[in-house]
Amino acid sequence: MLEQNLFAGFGGQGMLLIGQFLAQAGMMEGKYVSWLPSYGPEMRGGTANCSVCVSDSPIASPVITKASCVIAMNRPSLDKFESFVRPGDTLIVNSSLVDVKAKRDDINVYYVPANEIAEKIGNMKVANVIILGAFLELTKCVSVDTVLEAIALKLGKKKANLVDINKQALVAGAEAVTAK
Amino acid sequence: MAQILMKGNEAIAEAAIRAGCRFFFGYPITPQTEVPEYMSARMPEIGGCYLQAESEVAAINMVYGAAGSGVRVMTSSSSPGVSLKQEGISYIAASELPCVVINVMRGGPGLGSIQASQGDYFQATKGGGHGDYHLIVLAPSSVQEAIDLMGTAFDLADKYRNPAMILADGIIGQMMEPVELPEMKEYKVDPEKKPWAATGWKPGDKKQRAVINSLYITTEELTELNERLQARYAEIEKNEARWETYNMDGAEFVIAAYGTVSRICKAAIDELKQEGINVGLVRPITLWPFPKQAVRDAVMADGVKACLTVELNAGQMVEDVRLAVNGAKPVEFFGHAGSLMPTAEEVKEQIKRMREE
Repeated sequence: MLEQNLFAGFGGQGMLLIGQFLAQAGMMEGKYVSWLPSYGPEMRGGTANCSVCVSDSPIASPVITKASCVIAMNRPSLDKFESFVRPGDTLIVNSSLVDVKAKRDDINVYYVPANEIAEKIGNMKVANVIILGAFLELTKCVSVDTVLEAIALKLGKKKANLVDINKQALVAGAEAVTAK
Repeated sequence: MAQILMKGNEAIAEAAIRAGCRFFFGYPITPQTEVPEYMSARMPEIGGCYLQAESEVAAINMVYGAAGSGVRVMTSSSSPGVSLKQEGISYIAASELPCVVINVMRGGPGLGSIQASQGDYFQATKGGGHGDYHLIVLAPSSVQEAIDLMGTAFDLADKYRNPAMILADGIIGQMMEPVELPEMKEYKVDPEKKPWAATGWKPGDKKQRAVINSLYITTEELTELNERLQARYAEIEKNEARWETYNMDGAEFVIAAYGTVSRICKAAIDELKQEGINVGLVRPITLWPFPKQAVRDAVMADGVKACLTVELNAGQMVEDVRLAVNGAKPVEFFGHAGSLMPTAEEVKEQIKRMREE
């Protein structure tokens, strides 16, 4: 198993962060992982993405040109990375911010209104974790429980009160791609 | 010890501290700024010294001064900043002092880009500054290896009284991977082992004053220094070449690559293997001393038709590969200058093209 994931969005949408949650969780499950951010002209409001590999065997290249799953949190990310998805694999689009449909018909595309769901839950900041919930439901890359552990570790004791809303976000994201 | 997820730059900094480094002088530059950032927080915690110098030139000369006292000291920069440090590095090499310099390479020439590159291979391995000298150059291909090589770099620098360089690239610096850190090591300057160290002298002290110097005004004295250095480099070349080979059994072709690019080549090799094409990899870990014999042995192995050197530059290490093979088999080059990372698909295409020729 080699999962090559690409999470992309605006700087500030937390794509690098959910990539770290996934990498941390993969490591906690005893898998090989790598997390590679885009860096450079990126800034808050600009585009930001990260490549996260999760594998049962040592990861040859952390650099991704073909992805088993792409998350596009905004329109520029969809335009740039739709072509990265391998035929038959998965593309998750944040339909709250992306008002067009994906062009390809040889991949599985899921539309998740992450910002609207976040608003319903009551915290706009968890839109990224909602999309991560959808990702985990679709790919089963790592278990939701391990991701929660990874989130709790990152939040630390001071922000432990935020674990619960992140859990809600993961569940809501999963529901968004199962309730059809 | 349990694995933790760590960014390359931060891992390099922590590994240096655990190898006994207590002095850091640097200046920020992307993509290595997390090294000084981490050091600025960590050094005060352990009673070390972190100083952001006014320039790269100042930073390397502070390293020169600290190295003269025998302590474990390092600096870190990226390509344009390392160019600025070259004068100081030459002085340190001439003064026969140990230190570690990190270069997290970015695109060049000039200010170039801030994306990963391997454009500084010539600079790192062939001198860089003026005069006949060499650095010991270590090239990690993963975050864990960067950690492991930090300890090696300090040990080799001390052993040979010679500056060592970790030659990484922007991807190694920015990437997070699971790592295990070594135990913390306290380093004390041992006057028996480092009698040359200028640790302070006052009248009445028996030992001779230690003088750190790189100026030898008579040709006789300068020749003596150079002969001493060359003898040492020969010793390093004999003892310290490090490399890794991969998938060499029954290989039709051998790829030579180092650092991040070697990982992309591994991905290409794995995919080619599934298509029934066997390609081996020889990955120099020390770029200087260059593992000549190992590269030659890999390329000269029975059944190997030719070598493909892949680099993230316009073709630099390929010259050393060609010297090692010395015309006995074809050595081709593939790469991009300007930070455009070669892809596994491109490497596969090259191998397939070579197969048809």
